[in-house]
Amino acid sequence: MSEKLNEPDFPAAEAIDAPEEPVETRKGLNIVVCIKQVPDSAQIRVHPVTNTIMRQGVPTIINPYDLFALEEAMRLRDDYGGTVTVLTMGPPMAEDALRRALGLGADKAVLITDRRFAGSDTLATSFALTSALTKLAEEAPIDIVFTGKQTIDGDTAQVGPGIARRMGLNQLTYVSAIDSLETEAATITVRRRSEGGVQVLQSKLPCLITMLEDTNHLRRGTLQDMLRAARAPLTVWSADDAGIEDPMKCGLRGSPTVVKRVFAPQPRAEKAEMVAVEGKTPAQIGDAILDVLFAKSPKLEADVSAKITA
Amino acid sequence: MPAEHFDAIVVGAGPSGNAAAYTMGKAGLNVLQIDRGEYPGSKNVQGAILYADALERIIPDFRETAPLERHVVEQRFWMLSEKSHTGTHHRSDTFNEEKPNRYTILRAQFDKWFSKQVREAGVTLITETTVTELVKNEAGKVIGVLTDREGGPVYADVVVLAEGVNGLVGQRSGLRSEIKPQHVALAVKETHFLPEETVRERFNLADEDEGVVIEVLGSVSSGMVGTGFLYTNKESISIGVGCLVADFAREKIPPYELLDRFKNHPSVKPLLKGAEMKEYVAHLIPEGGYDAIPQLTGDGWLIVGDAGQFVNAVHREGSNLAMTSGRLAGESLIALKAQGLPATNDNLKLYRDALEDSVVIKDLKKYRKIPGLLEKNRQLFTTYPALLNRSMNAFLRVDGRDKRSKETEILKGLKKARGNWLNVAFDMLKVARAWR
Repeated sequence: MSEKLNEPDFPAAEAIDAPEEPVETRKGLNIVVCIKQVPDSAQIRVHPVTNTIMRQGVPTIINPYDLFALEEAMRLRDDYGGTVTVLTMGPPMAEDALRRALGLGADKAVLITDRRFAGSDTLATSFALTSALTKLAEEAPIDIVFTGKQTIDGDTAQVGPGIARRMGLNQLTYVSAIDSLETEAATITVRRRSEGGVQVLQSKLPCLITMLEDTNHLRRGTLQDMLRAARAPLTVWSADDAGIEDPMKCGLRGSPTVVKRVFAPQPRAEKAEMVAVEGKTPAQIGDAILDVLFAKSPKLEADVSAKITA
Repeated sequence: MPAEHFDAIVVGAGPSGNAAAYTMGKAGLNVLQIDRGEYPGSKNVQGAILYADALERIIPDFRETAPLERHVVEQRFWMLSEKSHTGTHHRSDTFNEEKPNRYTILRAQFDKWFSKQVREAGVTLITETTVTELVKNEAGKVIGVLTDREGGPVYADVVVLAEGVNGLVGQRSGLRSEIKPQHVALAVKETHFLPEETVRERFNLADEDEGVVIEVLGSVSSGMVGTGFLYTNKESISIGVGCLVADFAREKIPPYELLDRFKNHPSVKPLLKGAEMKEYVAHLIPEGGYDAIPQLTGDGWLIVGDAGQFVNAVHREGSNLAMTSGRLAGESLIALKAQGLPATNDNLKLYRDALEDSVVIKDLKKYRKIPGLLEKNRQLFTTYPALLNRSMNAFLRVDGRDKRSKETEILKGLKKARGNWLNVAFDMLKVARAWR
């Protein structure tokens, strides 16, 4: 496997100790994909008068990063059998996102919705989702929890790892590909993009995977998927149904994060300096650029000169 | 999995498709509605004015929940020339009634609402799915549809084609011919945002529920057969212009340029001042009138809405005719189902008769000759509006000349513009006859 790597620093799959006993082998995989309904950021408008974000009339979509997780989950299901359940926390209208996921080919959908969830930050969100996942695991043990890399509205990339920590799952973040899955041994081998290269990681199941963008191509559901999505009953849980006993950990009360201020960044005072290229040879352009750079940073000039002399 | 069978499949989730699906769903029929948009309404474009009556006959209490912008208390009609407009206003406090007659709406929001009512009536809706063709049995009766998704076909007793102006499914299935460029207008529209109070002040409105509609004829269409419009929404203004596709093709004027000129007209520019343009859309409008109506029914299929050319171009009515035709189709299919009769072309006479008896066909018949008249008499869009403005201008200007000389000059101008008095008389007669 090592020859496939981009980076020789990571020669072999690193085994991570599973925190729990390996799950017994069952028929097929039980996969849960956590998704979030977000406003379509491409269509968000700032109110020209009040300068606030106009959410009304802005279409909602499934967080685009989550779709890579969903597709990867469905591929595993198609290869190894089992079920893909999509789970989301949100207002009742998040049903649209779940139905869309069913239309793409997911098997089951669970919505946890409760006024008490309003205002959740990542800590409270991962708590609520973990409660629901634990509840789901009572029916059948979960093999893999998928999430997207991050959401496009919060951009924190904290909920996936938060769930893993709370559930005691190995977390495989920023996964770009799943190389193999051994159902007998209950292990999974994935590629993880990290700074400077790619890690090949092997983990025992169950685990949590956050999927990187552009790692697969989302399928188009069949007509049957679409019909099922339009008509299937959804599982809708309140906080109580999801087995949440401590409401202080939910919503605004369970969220230590406080948004103090929202503002548009000031434009930088420093303006770009233009280097005229008209009528110059590439060498002259290069010299002109160096002149500008060195004028700004004499230290850079000194360093470069020293290197050249050496 | 055995192929599914529905009582009816409705192709399209615009006003006509929603009306048909809602009507049948309410009556307990098992209906599948298929729309190609990302969400219902995402592909739908209109000015837009909602005529309450047509919707009221489908959803009587729609005012309680539908997203409506302003009800129309004033209608302006402008004859535009390069630098002027001359027009009439009709404003009435009687439009401030308990159940107003006309509203401005934003279609993206309205269609979402309508679709929700349709689904709550028990209709199964699938979006992002394009019906590619109709499935026929050996006898040629339509028995279902194929879509661009795997896993088809899906079957039904009848297919309601509410697919919009282009009628692509009908075309591909050989039920109709391609729409002709002289039978369809291309309209472009922009939505400009302004604070609610500004809209109110600029248009002399009492509150955020009152609205103004301006319909414009003349130089706005640059000599082509077409009109312009300006509608007030709560916090925005919809402004647009539409002309026959055949005219655009011949004159080679880009539609956006036409709209730009309209926006910069001295009569219009101050109304848009300071507004932020947030949306630019374009859409085709069937304007061929009665003679452009395709075959409306066949064995196992029928057509409703824009696909049937149900637009009254003179009165700017379309969505109401769409909803009415959708409702009538739904009611006819419910009646056939109740009698245990199949949706054959013969039995669908029920729908054809209902249409004939309704405002849809009656109005289209009344204005049957208008499309032909306008196409052959472009002076109605150029000479007369310009002349009217010049005359008004001369009449009102006090410059030391005596009034009789001015009147003579105005009349001479009219005669000169049309060559002789006979032509002027003919023009009047032609319009009167076509209108009748």
